[in-house]
Amino acid sequence: MIINRLTQMFAHFILLLGVLLMVIPIWLAFTSSTHDNVTLITEGMQWYPGPLFIENYDEVLNEKGGFSEEITATGMLINSFIMGLGIATLKVIISMMAAYSLVYFRFSLATPIFWFIFITLLVPLEVRIFPSYKIVSDMGLTNSYTGLVLPLVASATAVFFFRQFYKSVPDELLESAKLDGANSWRFFIDFLVPLSKTMIAAMFIFMFVFGYSQYLWPLLMTTDEKYWTVVMGMKLIYVELYEGVSLPRVGQRFAYIILSIIPPVLIVVLLQRWFIKGLIQTEK
Amino acid sequence: MSFINLKNVVKVYPDGTQAIFNSSLSIEKGELVVFVGPSGCGKSTLLRMIAGLEDVTEGEIDLDGNRINEIDPSERDIAMVFQNYALYPHMSVYNNIAYGLRSRGIKKLEIEAQVTNVSELLQIGDLLSKKPGQLSGGQRQRVAMGRAIARDPKVFLFDEPLSNLDAKLRVQVRLEIKKLQRKMGTTSIFVTHDQTEAMTLGDRLVVMNKGVMEQVGTPMEIYYHPKTKFVAEFIGTPSMNFITGSIKDKTFKASSFAVPARYEDKDDVILGVRPEDISITKATTGVKCKVELIEKLGSSTVIYCVDMKENQLCVSTQSRASVEVGDTIHISTNNKALHFFDRETSKALTK
Repeated sequence: MIINRLTQMFAHFILLLGVLLMVIPIWLAFTSSTHDNVTLITEGMQWYPGPLFIENYDEVLNEKGGFSEEITATGMLINSFIMGLGIATLKVIISMMAAYSLVYFRFSLATPIFWFIFITLLVPLEVRIFPSYKIVSDMGLTNSYTGLVLPLVASATAVFFFRQFYKSVPDELLESAKLDGANSWRFFIDFLVPLSKTMIAAMFIFMFVFGYSQYLWPLLMTTDEKYWTVVMGMKLIYVELYEGVSLPRVGQRFAYIILSIIPPVLIVVLLQRWFIKGLIQTEK
Repeated sequence: MSFINLKNVVKVYPDGTQAIFNSSLSIEKGELVVFVGPSGCGKSTLLRMIAGLEDVTEGEIDLDGNRINEIDPSERDIAMVFQNYALYPHMSVYNNIAYGLRSRGIKKLEIEAQVTNVSELLQIGDLLSKKPGQLSGGQRQRVAMGRAIARDPKVFLFDEPLSNLDAKLRVQVRLEIKKLQRKMGTTSIFVTHDQTEAMTLGDRLVVMNKGVMEQVGTPMEIYYHPKTKFVAEFIGTPSMNFITGSIKDKTFKASSFAVPARYEDKDDVILGVRPEDISITKATTGVKCKVELIEKLGSSTVIYCVDMKENQLCVSTQSRASVEVGDTIHISTNNKALHFFDRETSKALTK
């Protein structure tokens, strides 16, 4: 009994330690984002919230940045959100369809094709970035949302997960649906999509975070500041740090960081119920 | 012209294994036919071919006068109840039943009326809003039935639908299926490996073994006049007794047996006697046996014994025989209920 209690306490101690490790930096960033720059530079990061919450965030959200001063943090947040959303949505749709065709249509070479798709995991965007850029710019898609999203929508990981899931769906379900008059399209929409709801949520979260945190691709793709994303803006705000024209705006930088993590956190919080189910689910 | 016609149907799987050998069968409208056989005999394969879930390698399947070999399962107007029910886990019971109707473009009001009808018939009215995961085995079974019935198809196919139920429920559902089928008059095919189920349900049985239809007939025909040794052995519990011997001068002679046989003289004959056609006699004229095991079932007693030549025999008697293990008893056979099979071909002898 006592030993049980001890191990339990120990487990909780480890868990608490993990939580603190994750939360403290964010807390520090948040509290520091509400102080004025003089305090931050002279006294270092602050543990308690300060008085300048509204002022700092208002400045960050609405001040125009960049060389031609066309983009605000709000604009970049919206751009990033669009990019993440577009990539996640299209990735999920395309992967589901690809996995559906691989599992349910017995065409020859289905397995080699699957492995071929799988091999593309070894070739991340950074490796094929030049040809990708060439294609996109030839299509005239630089400086557009389509150009930001389209080259990133194929996903071997998601195809793999959906394929494994579809394989676990019992054959009788398909047969029964067939006898009930469902064609292949209806089977996909009426059966596989609702059955893989949790899987979709999990994949969507992964892919959203992946799309949201892209840096190199939008950097190459966008010369027009209108299409800048949050992660690119992060770089700009740090560049300013070293140029040191006036007092470094540390508080605003922290505010910017806090703002930039809100969209992914929002997505995770909204979808987490399904997300967890999707990861731990075994048998349907 | 029969309602369902199988003409020389053959099934060979892509890997070369042959599941069904040249099988022909006619099923009349409204009949309940049972495919029965041990596992792996091809009964389910044949059913799935009729449903359209397996291709027909050779031969032809007709339904209502039309060849259906090439017709998509969804167009065949056939409903099937699967062994594990294959209910749609993400849909409520109502939607499970309504799905097939919807995909056939039936109007919403009609669907509602039909689902209500079916749920009343099967007494699942209070389950309509539940998901299959919340139902018990028996309830799932009913929903699966309901889904099949709702569409009012030309044919019902049942693929061992009772094997996931416990013994008591199985008997109850068996009766319900029979009643329901009578009431609706829909042509049905039922697949099972359980010979009691087959005997009680079927208007006609098709006994299958290793991809061959061994015998087709009413339960009584099959029980009393099995055409092959396999059928004789498979149908009936406890299983029929077999003794090898030969026929000479209208008498079958084996090691310790001698019974009248009105057949031509022949060596290598197998005598088949059902356990209930053997009785214990007080007289010492019968065959002498030693009792090895007794099973008391209440309504009858099953006695396993060996004769003096080590032939295993099984006797089933209605009377409360006061026999103990190790006793020596004398038995005699009912000579009107003997079956003779050719040992080489396993076929019943003909006069």
